[in-house]
Amino acid sequence: MGSSSALFIAVFLACVVEAVEATTIVLAAGTARDWRSATSGMAGALAVLAIIVAALGPAVSALPLRGLRLVVGALLLIFGLQWLRKAILRASGHKALHDEDKIFAQQLAAASAQARRQAGLVPDWYGFTLSFKGVLLEGLEVVFIVLTFGANQHDIGLAAIAGAAAVVVVAGAGVAIRSPLSRVPENSLKFIVGIMLTAFGAFWGAEGAGAHWPGSDAALLALIPAIAAFALALVAVMRRSPGGSGRHQTAVPAAATVAERS
Amino acid sequence: MLRRIKAFGAFWYDFVIGDDWLVAAGVVLALALTYALSRTTVPAWWLLPLALAVLLPVSLWREARKR
Repeated sequence: MGSSSALFIAVFLACVVEAVEATTIVLAAGTARDWRSATSGMAGALAVLAIIVAALGPAVSALPLRGLRLVVGALLLIFGLQWLRKAILRASGHKALHDEDKIFAQQLAAASAQARRQAGLVPDWYGFTLSFKGVLLEGLEVVFIVLTFGANQHDIGLAAIAGAAAVVVVAGAGVAIRSPLSRVPENSLKFIVGIMLTAFGAFWGAEGAGAHWPGSDAALLALIPAIAAFALALVAVMRRSPGGSGRHQTAVPAAATVAERS
Repeated sequence: MLRRIKAFGAFWYDFVIGDDWLVAAGVVLALALTYALSRTTVPAWWLLPLALAVLLPVSLWREARKR
């Protein structure tokens, strides 16, 4: 697996997670309120995102690579460690699993409780804004991931294809089944994405700060499995700590546990 | 107005810093040390992986202790 494959997988998986969350919000807005308003909100957010990409894309590409790698590396490292921390807490039983069905039910209840109000051509303003905000916020994360990963690896085209593929696959599945995508193994995905973000963040952050990795880009291919092994070892340790899910059970391989709990 | 500014600040704090400020502070410190080390003849690439190996378990331990 080369660094281009790692880039594609990292962007695709990260964007799948964001797209699943956005799809849940749009489905809740459409089901509880009004489909026309929900799809208008989604279309409005996509238009705003397209403007942001058109404005920021060339600007990000024009930034000096070392400065970009330092800032993006630091941010990815912080995001990655936070994702990984939550994923380890979930996999070891210290935190409730992310449940798309439950989130959908909560969104549905909250949306159903609001009064209906027409605004201009939008039949239901609440449904429109709920969908708009959800797609815009999750979409901004997709845009950030695509632009920064692409610019750092000098391959915005590949990153854009990976991001677009993720959005198309998830949105297509959402439209097809019109219910929350609870069968997507979101907790496992978040674990993997946390590993990828942390690995890319460490790689770019160190390069931006002036360090040189042994083997250059190939160091990523050692960093990713090393961080994965370390995270799985931490899951095993955390399961045996007070409050962990495996405190009174026999030892189960941590990798199997992560998959099973997702 | 003040409430909106506070909400805006809280959004960005939550977005960038997240649940544990120690992780963000540790990453910034590790990057600063990497930069300082890279100005010498000593290789600096190992510092960030070492920082990860310390920060992640410490952050998990802090969270587990809260519960």
